[in-house]
Amino acid sequence: MIEHTLENEKQEMRQAFCQCLLELAADEERLVLLDADLMSAMGTKPFQEAYPERTVDCGIQEANMIGTAVGLSLTGKIPFAHTFASFMSRRAMDQIFISGAYSKANVKLIGSDPGITAKTNGGTHMSFEDMGIMRGIPTMTVLEATDITMLKWIMGWMARTYGMQYMRLVRKQCVKIYRDGTDFQIGKAVQVMNQFDAQATIIASGVCVAESIKAARTLSDEGIGVRILDMFTWKPLDNQAVIDAAKQTGAIVTAENHNVNTGLGAAVSEAAASSCPVPIEFIGVHDRFGQVGDQDYLAQQYGMTAKDIVEAVRKVVDRKRLYLHR
Amino acid sequence: MNKSTDADKVRELKQFAGRIRQETIKEISAFGTGHVGGSLSIADLLAVLYGQEMNIKPEDPQWADRDWFVLSKGHCAPALYATLALRGYFPMDWLNTLNRNGTNLPSHADRLKVPGVDVTAGSLGQGASVASGVALGLKMDGRDNKVYLVIGDGESQEGQIWEMALFAAQHRLGNLIAFMDYNGLQLDGYCKDICSLGDAAAKFEAFGWQVVDVPDGNDVPSILQALETVRSKTQKTDDRPSMIVLHTVKGLGWSEIAGTPKSHSTTINEQQRDQALAEIQTMMDAA
Repeated sequence: MIEHTLENEKQEMRQAFCQCLLELAADEERLVLLDADLMSAMGTKPFQEAYPERTVDCGIQEANMIGTAVGLSLTGKIPFAHTFASFMSRRAMDQIFISGAYSKANVKLIGSDPGITAKTNGGTHMSFEDMGIMRGIPTMTVLEATDITMLKWIMGWMARTYGMQYMRLVRKQCVKIYRDGTDFQIGKAVQVMNQFDAQATIIASGVCVAESIKAARTLSDEGIGVRILDMFTWKPLDNQAVIDAAKQTGAIVTAENHNVNTGLGAAVSEAAASSCPVPIEFIGVHDRFGQVGDQDYLAQQYGMTAKDIVEAVRKVVDRKRLYLHR
Repeated sequence: MNKSTDADKVRELKQFAGRIRQETIKEISAFGTGHVGGSLSIADLLAVLYGQEMNIKPEDPQWADRDWFVLSKGHCAPALYATLALRGYFPMDWLNTLNRNGTNLPSHADRLKVPGVDVTAGSLGQGASVASGVALGLKMDGRDNKVYLVIGDGESQEGQIWEMALFAAQHRLGNLIAFMDYNGLQLDGYCKDICSLGDAAAKFEAFGWQVVDVPDGNDVPSILQALETVRSKTQKTDDRPSMIVLHTVKGLGWSEIAGTPKSHSTTINEQQRDQALAEIQTMMDAA
């Protein structure tokens, strides 16, 4: 099991993003950073200062940014392209699909401010569908960085692995979960917790991982043990971990900062349904648009708090009992 | 180059353009239908680029020092395929497989399937951005390769073209030489009736490009002259991207459809094929 700490230490993801880019660029001269007028928001100005000749701030033109990044990749560059998750997915989808994936280019797509973490930018900027859109593109790798430790690992993997890859990440503060230097694997969920006699598995991603750990503490007090998987790798999904969870714990709760109908809930359901169907409850957004608000308010609005997860686990465990005694 | 070899070269390029037209007609008629019009309107340009202008090695399509070619109006790939086959990038008999099940020659240019195709295109506007990205990458590395880009006038209704136009000017992509196949037509009819582009040369000039407007874009000497103008400007340390606006006739070579909305995508039966091939032959004989 991978050690997690759920430290109260809050970390700025964007600061780590820029630092990691600087470190990667020092060893990899082909690395290039593109943005669409959000460098100040993403905190990547230090990269521009260090590597002006490897920085391309395209201005407010996401479609052209993706095409340009693809062109750069065809000349051997390793482009990281950033914009908000909403624009990366909704606005540049056709460019990512055809210029990028269909033509087998090599661009690292970075979408920040996913879901409720867009806070006061509100409904227009709140992407509850970016991962679903990316998941629908053949060959695309689709990832969500949980904390800074994982962010650094993913960025290193992206820099050394050819292909179209999308990573969404919180731009500002996130909760630290993993010890520095932890190793991860694409296509392999992280088992964050596996309590004795676990009665359900919480399969979580992004900001929902920390909430799931909090939920597990409450449930533990009630005598309900759980397993928690951090499914940061939405595609390829860790199918085996889902099947094992279904077989060994008999019930699943998915928890995501995204629409459940195209997101992690859907992906996990597909995996479970094909091998071992069990009761599943879905924490996430149910066919709704975003809105302005602080993150706590939005988490309550869309039912993504630890309390919601606790209730979902109770519910799914009850359903499992009914199902077993039918 | 003296005058006589100059004239010989022009004659040779005109013959090459004729061959491209004939092979395009045969290729599309072998399948039965396809994007004939826009393919025929760029035949003369392709002959100049692949017959003289571009630094290429057909036996080594990925040659590092090659000039790049991007057909952003990717549906006109049949003319590009004919050109590449005639230059020896792949066997001529591939042309008979256009759009057939399992073919290497799909209707839109595909870099993963076709030797010599540098950039995949099909969704209009996208090839232009990729071309400018390639130009930027080459410039970053201090390489001398040029990037030749072909867009359509109908395609220029896409906003992405104008994003790219701003970007390429901003980044002083002097190694990007674009052509607009300004044939005035799109699938639904005349561009001017649907969403008029107006004065393309003035527009690109206003976007910071060096522009050459070519009244007869199907005339080989005019295309050569335009490239000469671009080259001489570039030599004077002018690092603006270039746009050569070619006023062309869609479907040129096959009078039944030339210059009409019908030319965009049409069926070709055997009789029509033979008629078109004969007309093109007459053009070549007169050249």
